[in-house]
Amino acid sequence: MELATRVRERLPETIVARDEVTSVVAREDLVEVLGSLREDPELAFDLLSSLTATDWPGRSPRFWLSYELYSVAHRHRLRLKVGVDEDDPRAPSVTALYPTADWHERETYDFYGVRFDGHPDLRRILLPDDWEGHPLRKTEELGGVDTRFKGASVPPVDRRT
Amino acid sequence: MARDLDAMDPNATGEPRQETMVINMGPQHPSTHGVLRLLLELDGETVVSCRPIIGYLHTGIEKNCEYRTWQQGVTFVTRADYLSPFLNELAYCLAVERLMGVEAPPRAQVLRVLFSEMNRIASHLVWLATSGMELGAVSIMLFGFRERELLLDIFEMATGLRMNHAYIRIGGVVMDLPPGATEKIVSFLDILPGRIREYESLLATNPIWVERNSGVGVLSAEDAIALGVTGPALRAAGISKDVRKDEPYSGYETYEFEVATGDSADCFARFEIRLEEMRQSLGIIQQCLDRLEEPGPVMVEDPKVRWPAQLEVGPDGIGNSPAYVKHIMEVSMEALIHHFKMVTEGVKVPGGEVYQPVESPRGELGMYVVSDGEHRPYRVRIRDPSFVNLQAVPRMVEGSLVADAIAVIASLDPVMGGADR
Repeated sequence: MELATRVRERLPETIVARDEVTSVVAREDLVEVLGSLREDPELAFDLLSSLTATDWPGRSPRFWLSYELYSVAHRHRLRLKVGVDEDDPRAPSVTALYPTADWHERETYDFYGVRFDGHPDLRRILLPDDWEGHPLRKTEELGGVDTRFKGASVPPVDRRT
Repeated sequence: MARDLDAMDPNATGEPRQETMVINMGPQHPSTHGVLRLLLELDGETVVSCRPIIGYLHTGIEKNCEYRTWQQGVTFVTRADYLSPFLNELAYCLAVERLMGVEAPPRAQVLRVLFSEMNRIASHLVWLATSGMELGAVSIMLFGFRERELLLDIFEMATGLRMNHAYIRIGGVVMDLPPGATEKIVSFLDILPGRIREYESLLATNPIWVERNSGVGVLSAEDAIALGVTGPALRAAGISKDVRKDEPYSGYETYEFEVATGDSADCFARFEIRLEEMRQSLGIIQQCLDRLEEPGPVMVEDPKVRWPAQLEVGPDGIGNSPAYVKHIMEVSMEALIHHFKMVTEGVKVPGGEVYQPVESPRGELGMYVVSDGEHRPYRVRIRDPSFVNLQAVPRMVEGSLVADAIAVIASLDPVMGGADR
């Protein structure tokens, strides 16, 4: 793919799988790389479609952020993947480049506990403010949240009888 | 939630501002389109700052998907944006099919397009109805829901349910159109164009409607792209971004239709675009009906992919047909074993990740699906357009009148089931 060749000039770790171009970027280079991908007139990735994380316990790094970029002018897509260690779950915020990242980063923080440095207002977004834990981590079970009615409790789905 | 109020409370910051007032709108407010909550700081009737607060309808759909088989995922994602269930199913199934390297047969693709476009019209009719109600045009509310009922009847006839259909499945669709459905769709195609003209004649030159919408909630193309806004709100700013044209799926490149755009980037342009989109969808539905004259399978043949049962619509939705139950229970032990394996364990999907966008009535609906090669999804992320578009509300509302906030939210048409997932 022409796009992959062009991206590979900047990011050597670029693969093509199922017609999608994916590049791996180091956490400290992320903001600079995004800026250059956005400014290059032949790439012009001006829309950040989606930003989320995936949790792989036991792997190093454990969390992988994925940034789905789209170019409105060229109609092509690129995925950037950034590994984030379990011991230091932080990544730079890209809200200055892509204001749309604001809520995506809040959601990723809410679900996975990855903190975004430089985010203007990093709070939980979908879960209640006093929620404990980050529910989309693979180490968290589904369900098993105590109810507020007289000590009633419901076990997680895979431990119900 | 008390913290949000504290942050905006003039006394809490130590800088008393006598003039402004903080009011809370929602989450239980008829004009906020479901459980959306806005924290508005007002100076008289002018909005100084606006903060949308979401999450009241969070149901953990993405986490749930990780605990069920790939096929069961369809029944979860369909519940996210409950006004566009077919689009959610389609995006999910396309993503899984791309991971598996499977393609739905041609007739199934036509049916997918057919239901997507009927769903688009149904969703736009709800938008018309609710935004009419929110701006005081109550008769439009009745008209919108009246016409939507015609579509829901067709959905119910074909899938057994009025919403949350789980009709589009991995490898195709559940079943072909039942007898009589085509006639119903044809009669709908006859009725709707006149009704759209009626809405237009009631609203497009109505002084109140024009006053409430025109020049309100302007969002420039640059701002929209920066904020990730897609769908009618982006097209109203003159950017012709439509996934159906730009990254076609299910054969959209072979259908004739125009992408409606506007140039005033305001609520009125979004209104006109949605009316035009309904007309374009009618054209696509007609093309689908022409293609459906050719019979064919609606599900892939591969027994390792397709759902094992023959399904049919019963009184409470789609279920196993009695003939199939008889076959597995009384005739074929192999069929029973196969059924048991496919239903409890499900399909195995090769490892990898894909991002599959489709054009929902509200914009780009994307499914980011990750597989670790097992029988359950490893990660499903729904990039819902309502979630992203709501971020643009402060940009459009701040500096305008509080009444305009209602028009702005109506023009974005957020569905909180999708935003909160």
